[in-house]
Amino acid sequence: MKFRVLAGLVALALPFAAPVSAWAQEKVLRAVMHADVRVIDPVWTTQTIANIHGALVYDTLFGNDADQKPQPQMVGKYEISPDRLTYSFTLRDGLKFHDGSPVTTRDVIASLKRWGAKDGVGQRLMGYVTEMKAVDDKTFTMTLKEPYGMVLESLGKSGSSIAAIMREKDALTDPQTQVKESVGSGPYVFAKDQWVPGSKAVYLKNKDYQPRSEPPSSFAGAKIPGVDRIELVWIPDAQTSMSALVNGEIDFLENPSIDFLPILEKAKGVKLQKLGKIDSFQGMIRLNHLQPPFDNIKARQAMYYLINQEDYLRAIIGDPKYYKVCKALLTCGGPYENDGGSQWMKEYNPKKALQLLKEAGYKGEPITVLAATDHNTITPATQVLIQAMREAGINVDVQSMDWGSVVTRRASKNPPSQGGWNIFVTTSGGVGSANPVLHTWIGAACDKGLFGWPCDPEVEKLRNAFGMAATEEERKKIAKELQAKAMEDVVYLPFGQWDVPLAYRADRIQGIVPNVGLAVLWGITKK
Amino acid sequence: MTAYIIRRLFAVVPVMAVVALFVFFLLRFAPGDPAAIIAGEDATSEAIAAVRAKLGLDRPMVEQFVVWVWGLARGDLGVSIFSNLPVTRLIAQRLEPTLALTLSTLFVAVGLAVPIGVVAAWKARRLVDRLVMGFAVLGFAMPGFVLAYVLIYFFAVQWQLLPVQGYVPIAEGLWPFAQSLILPSVALGITYMALIARITRASMLEVLQQDYIRTANAKGLATDRVLLLHALKNAAVPIVTVIGIGIALLISGVVITETVFNIPGLGRLTVDAVLKRDYPIVQGLILVFAAAKVVVNLLIDISYAFLDPRIRY
Repeated sequence: MKFRVLAGLVALALPFAAPVSAWAQEKVLRAVMHADVRVIDPVWTTQTIANIHGALVYDTLFGNDADQKPQPQMVGKYEISPDRLTYSFTLRDGLKFHDGSPVTTRDVIASLKRWGAKDGVGQRLMGYVTEMKAVDDKTFTMTLKEPYGMVLESLGKSGSSIAAIMREKDALTDPQTQVKESVGSGPYVFAKDQWVPGSKAVYLKNKDYQPRSEPPSSFAGAKIPGVDRIELVWIPDAQTSMSALVNGEIDFLENPSIDFLPILEKAKGVKLQKLGKIDSFQGMIRLNHLQPPFDNIKARQAMYYLINQEDYLRAIIGDPKYYKVCKALLTCGGPYENDGGSQWMKEYNPKKALQLLKEAGYKGEPITVLAATDHNTITPATQVLIQAMREAGINVDVQSMDWGSVVTRRASKNPPSQGGWNIFVTTSGGVGSANPVLHTWIGAACDKGLFGWPCDPEVEKLRNAFGMAATEEERKKIAKELQAKAMEDVVYLPFGQWDVPLAYRADRIQGIVPNVGLAVLWGITKK
Repeated sequence: MTAYIIRRLFAVVPVMAVVALFVFFLLRFAPGDPAAIIAGEDATSEAIAAVRAKLGLDRPMVEQFVVWVWGLARGDLGVSIFSNLPVTRLIAQRLEPTLALTLSTLFVAVGLAVPIGVVAAWKARRLVDRLVMGFAVLGFAMPGFVLAYVLIYFFAVQWQLLPVQGYVPIAEGLWPFAQSLILPSVALGITYMALIARITRASMLEVLQQDYIRTANAKGLATDRVLLLHALKNAAVPIVTVIGIGIALLISGVVITETVFNIPGLGRLTVDAVLKRDYPIVQGLILVFAAAKVVVNLLIDISYAFLDPRIRY
């Protein structure tokens, strides 16, 4: 009798025992990124996490390498006509979508049209394109009306929306509507049936993927799917994600909290790695050029006297090895770093700032600052700015709100008393900010520009000229002129740049490919 | 009783209607715009407006409300603005972890708090009683998230006895499932345990002074029989009431506990949806929480009749 009871209990418990899963044999990479995968269309949104997803699932025609130089990716060979008006691209052999269908030029042209209708850099490129024509299934031409020099860089960019190549039937979706399926030709296949938005996204190795032969370099070179399965696990709490890495429950932590870096540096089996050659982020203080007092250039220039970059960087990062003072708009360390306009950022002098503001007609009216309360870097930077403004004797109207509300309110062109604003603080990606064309915040396109709406035709003219430049020397010269003009006009006030290294279990994984601004997970293998 | 239950079930309809009305308009009046979040950091005002139009968020609020209510009437809670997945699927995905956490917390809290409350009343004003009351004060005073981090530090990071985070479905093994719930249940249940222990003690103290208890003791009945059969049963009504009230506490508590322990439940879904202004998900979740609260209240009311035969509806 006792034996029967025991046998019955064992039989009951069997379904609850840990199953010997096929997964046990799989090499699984568990990674925690900076956000959760909620959107599966990298063109519909510029959210970085949607593009991390996109980079795993989709492939691109070109990829920018560690020096931000475009290298062929899906393209096998390409030719540029001597007048730089016609580009001919031929796809390399063996490209297949995850559903088994071959990648053709019809898919490519439809994808580029959709991306070019939505993405800022794509829109700029398509502004010069007069025709994209399929020669056959593998070759197509792109004809320009002017010799725009950023064609390949645009197609290979990894910041904001990547130029993802989708199936034609997906690419024909209205750019304002999200695609329903995420089927690409990239190194990993999205397992939509295992997707739990807000918790986990699963990617399976694309066994048919044929990587390039060149070594990986940022967004270029071989994209080798090194593990059988990638699980992007979303852990919203910074301390929990740090503990999970230390405990070996995850292998890769893209964006550890700066506060926990000293712990991670000492943790057994954990290593920190810099993302690339240039810093990941640049801090920006944006002024509203439409509303007083900052509709007056003198008032905008007065604000330079409230910027001591060290104050901001110490508040948000702390450890100097992770930040850099940079009195420039184009990323320091990037290919177009220069000192044009840096004379504007001389010294921290609140009294001088107030004096110049008064000379510009400021009479003590409240200046509305949109203060985000829930952002790990923007929140402390905003507090430093508010303190500096108060020290100067400026009447500061602090509007505290979550970042989502700042994002909404900053779109208002109304006066601050009617739901508008004067100042908000934000950040920009280091890669995007390194290139005058990709760096949309440096633009001054008036109503068509970004929030704050700086308006300076000369700045836009120089940005266009940069895009048309034929040589690197010419580009560098224009970049310096552009930065000097943009700083004079105060398109924004920079408060330095920083980099947060990623953390990973060095005793378990290897082969991380550093790429600033967009973490890539190909190349990683398990030990 | 049956008529009472039917009446109560019908009363759910106006309650849910009021909840639906409030949640819809409160969300719309709250600052924040999902279109701006979708469009991204570098989007122009025109791009944001285009997304808003595509999502139908530029239509009159009343029209949006009518569309939503019409969907509700057909059992359709809508589609997530971000993931494009049905809200019912998203809620169903998250139901198991939250139910498991809530039930395990109830199990731990009630299973421990009632006995220690009974013992405290039995040994009133002695050392055991003071220890129990000290624990109750501590349980009330310590925020759940602080306890959660302390538990993680010792039990997961230092001693490596339990996982730091995550949830393992019961289908993947009973022990891994239980392991993933031990720390969250303790962290979530501590306040609840303190509350039930205090109420049990107070209620038992009152009952233990009744004449029939004195008679039972005088008859020479064993202490456990006096405490459990005679005293506890008569002290049960306020205890059950507190357990019912506590379920509302648990619903709010899971939001924090699920975040700290990375449990993919309804609490996490709520926080994420609120931060992203994913209106259909927030609306659907609040309706689910409201319905759960109404059902729990009904069950508590019904249980009174079984615990105290004098109560009739």
